[in-house]
Amino acid sequence: MTSAYSSTLTLAAGAVLICAVVVLWVTSVRSVLRVVATQGFALGCVAMTVGVHMGDAGLMATAAVVLGVKGLAVPVLIGRAAGGAPDRERRPLVNVPASLVASAALIVVAFAAARGVATFVGATNGALVPVGIATLLVGFLVLVSRRRPIFQMVGLLLVDNGVALVAFLCTAGVPFLIELGVSLDVLLGVVVLMVLAQRLRSEFGDLDLDELRELHD
Amino acid sequence: MVLELILALPLLGGAAVAGWRDHAARWLAVATNGATLALGVWVAVRVVRNGPLTGAEGVLRADALSAFMVVVIGAISLLASWLGVRTMALEVAGGRCSPRRATAYGVLVQAFVAAMLLAVLAANVGVLWVAVEATTVVTVFLVGHRRTRGALEASWKYLVICSVGIALAFFGTVLVYLCALRAGGHSASALDWTSLVAGARHLDPSVLRLGFALVVLGYGTKVGLVPLHSWLPDAHSQAPAPVSALMSGVLLTVAFYAILRFKAVTDAALGPGFSRTLLVVVALSSLAVAASLLLTQRDYKRMLAYHSIEHMGLVALGAAAGIPLAIAAVLLHILGHGLAKSVLFLTSGEIMAAEGTSRIDGVHALLARRPTLGGVFGTGLVALLGLPPFSLFSSELLMARAEFQVGLGWAAVAALAAMVVIFVAVVGHARHMLLGAPGPTEVLAPPPAWVAAPLVAGLVACGLIGVFAWPLSGLLHAAAHVVAP
Repeated sequence: MTSAYSSTLTLAAGAVLICAVVVLWVTSVRSVLRVVATQGFALGCVAMTVGVHMGDAGLMATAAVVLGVKGLAVPVLIGRAAGGAPDRERRPLVNVPASLVASAALIVVAFAAARGVATFVGATNGALVPVGIATLLVGFLVLVSRRRPIFQMVGLLLVDNGVALVAFLCTAGVPFLIELGVSLDVLLGVVVLMVLAQRLRSEFGDLDLDELRELHD
Repeated sequence: MVLELILALPLLGGAAVAGWRDHAARWLAVATNGATLALGVWVAVRVVRNGPLTGAEGVLRADALSAFMVVVIGAISLLASWLGVRTMALEVAGGRCSPRRATAYGVLVQAFVAAMLLAVLAANVGVLWVAVEATTVVTVFLVGHRRTRGALEASWKYLVICSVGIALAFFGTVLVYLCALRAGGHSASALDWTSLVAGARHLDPSVLRLGFALVVLGYGTKVGLVPLHSWLPDAHSQAPAPVSALMSGVLLTVAFYAILRFKAVTDAALGPGFSRTLLVVVALSSLAVAASLLLTQRDYKRMLAYHSIEHMGLVALGAAAGIPLAIAAVLLHILGHGLAKSVLFLTSGEIMAAEGTSRIDGVHALLARRPTLGGVFGTGLVALLGLPPFSLFSSELLMARAEFQVGLGWAAVAALAAMVVIFVAVVGHARHMLLGAPGPTEVLAPPPAWVAAPLVAGLVACGLIGVFAWPLSGLLHAAAHVVAP
C-alpha cells in the first residue's frame, strides 16, 4: 500500500516538473496550452493521491477543485486570450537549448535549497518537495525569458503550480475553505490577465512584451 | 456583528453605484466610506477598553492593530472616493470615459476597499492571503482605467510582478503552516494569529526562518520594497488620482501590516535578531533606490510614487527596531503618510486635469496662478518631507529614537543621509512647480469648495495628529503591544 502510494505520488509530482520543462521546449501556443492542462491534471492527481492516502475528505474536494480550475478552466481561458491566432514565441530572450540547460541547473539548485524543508517533512512527501521548488524556479525562468504575453501567463501559472505542489506535499494543502479562496483568486487573476492580453493586442498589435517602452525613468 | 457590518458597508456602496448609476449613488458610496471610518473609531475605542472582538464564527477578529488599520483605511477611502466623484464627473464630461466605465470604476473602488478591510480583519493568515491577492486582481483594471498604452503597460507589469510576489508570500504562509502543524496545531486553527503567536516557541526555527524570509519578499512586493518594487512608480503614475491615493496611502501599508503580523510570530519564536537583519537590509536598499531615482524625476506623479518607496523603507526600518515605541511610531507614520500622500496624489490629479501634463517642467508658478492647488500641494510636500508640525515629523523622530535604543543608530544615520538627498531633490522639483511669476493674462478659476475642502481637511488632520497625539496614544500603545509584547 505504502509503496503504491509513494510510486503514484512520485509519478504525478514528476509529471508536474516534466511539464514545466516541456514549456521551455515548445514554442507554439497550442502545444503550450496542452502542456499546461496536463500539468494542472497532474497537480490534481497529487492532491487526490495524498487525500486518498490520508483519508482526508477536504483534500479530496480540493483535488476536485484543482482538477477543474487548473486542468480545465485556466487552459481554456488562456486559449481564449490567445484568440486562436497562430501565435508563437519566435525569439525568446534565452533560446530553447540554453533554457533547457538552465532548467537542469535550476533543478540542482532546487534540490540543494530544499534539503532543510525536505528532511523536516520526511518520507516520500519530503523527498518530493524539491520537485515543487524546481517547478517554481522553471516558472521564473519562463517569466524572465519569454516575451509573448501568453507565455508570461504560463510562467506565472508554473510558479503558482510549484507552490501548490509544495503545499500539497508538506501540509496536505491548506484548509478547504482557504483553498477555495485561493482557487477563486487564481481563476479571477487569469480572467484579468486574459482581458489585459486582449487589450494589449488590440492597442499594440502583435507585440513582444519587451517592446513596451512607454514608461521609464 | 460590527465586523461583518464594516465589511458589508463598501459592498453596499458598490452595489448602490452599480444599481442606480447616477451621481447620488456615488455620494452614497462616499457616505458608506465615512460610515466605515466612524465604525472603525468605535471599534478602536471598544477594543482598547474591552479587548479583541471576533465575528463571522471566528474568521474575523479585530484587536487594536486591526482596529487602527480600519481607521486608516476608512479615513483614506473617504478622501479618495470623495474626490473620485469629481474625477469621474470630469472624465465623463470631457468624453474621456463612458458613463458605463465610470460606473465600473465606482464599483471596483468599493470592492478594493472591501478587500483591504478583509485583509486587516482576517483572524487567519490564509484569509489574509486571499484578501491581499484579491486587492491585486481588483486594482488591475483601476490602474488600466485610462486604456492608454502607458496605462496598459503599467497594469500588465503590476499584475505580473505582484502575482509573483503573492505566490512567494503563499509559499511562506505554507511553510509557517507546516511548522504549526508539526508543533501540534489542528489544521482548522493552526493558521490563526492567536494560536500561531501562542505556540510560537514550539515552531521549527529553520523552516520558520525560510518562511518569514519568503513572506517579507512576497508581501514586500506589494509594499513596494526592494527588490520587487519596479511596478510601483508605473502603476501609481498611470492610475487615476484617487486610485493612486488609495494604493499609495493604504494598500502599501495593508501589505506591510501582513509583514508585521508574521514578524510577531517570528520574533516570539526566534527572538528579534533574524527579522531585524532582514528588515534593515530591505529598508536601507529601498531608501537608497528611492533617493537615487528621485534626483532625476521629470514626472510629478512618479516623484510621489518614489516618495512612497522611501516612506515604506522608513517604516520597515522602524519595524526592524521592533520595540513597542518603534512599532507605535511606525503605526503613527502609516497614518500620517497615508493622509499626506493621498492628499498629494488627489491634488496632483487636479493639477494634471487643469494643466494637462504630469511633467514637472510643464507646470510652473502654481502658487501664483492657482493658489489653492499650489498651496495644498506645497503644504502636503512639507508634511511628507517630515517637517513640523505634521505627524510625520514626530513619527520619524520617534522611530529614530527607538533605532538608537536598540543599537541600530548606524542604520538611522544612513536613513537620514538618504532623507537629506530626497529632501534636496524634492525641494528642487517643487520650487520649479510652485514658484515663479505668472504670465500677465493668466486668470484661473480655483477648484470648487467641495473639492478643496477634503484636501485641506486631510492636511489639517495630519497636522493636528502631529500636535495632539493624545486621542491616538491609547490605541497606538495597545496596537504596538500586539506586535511587540
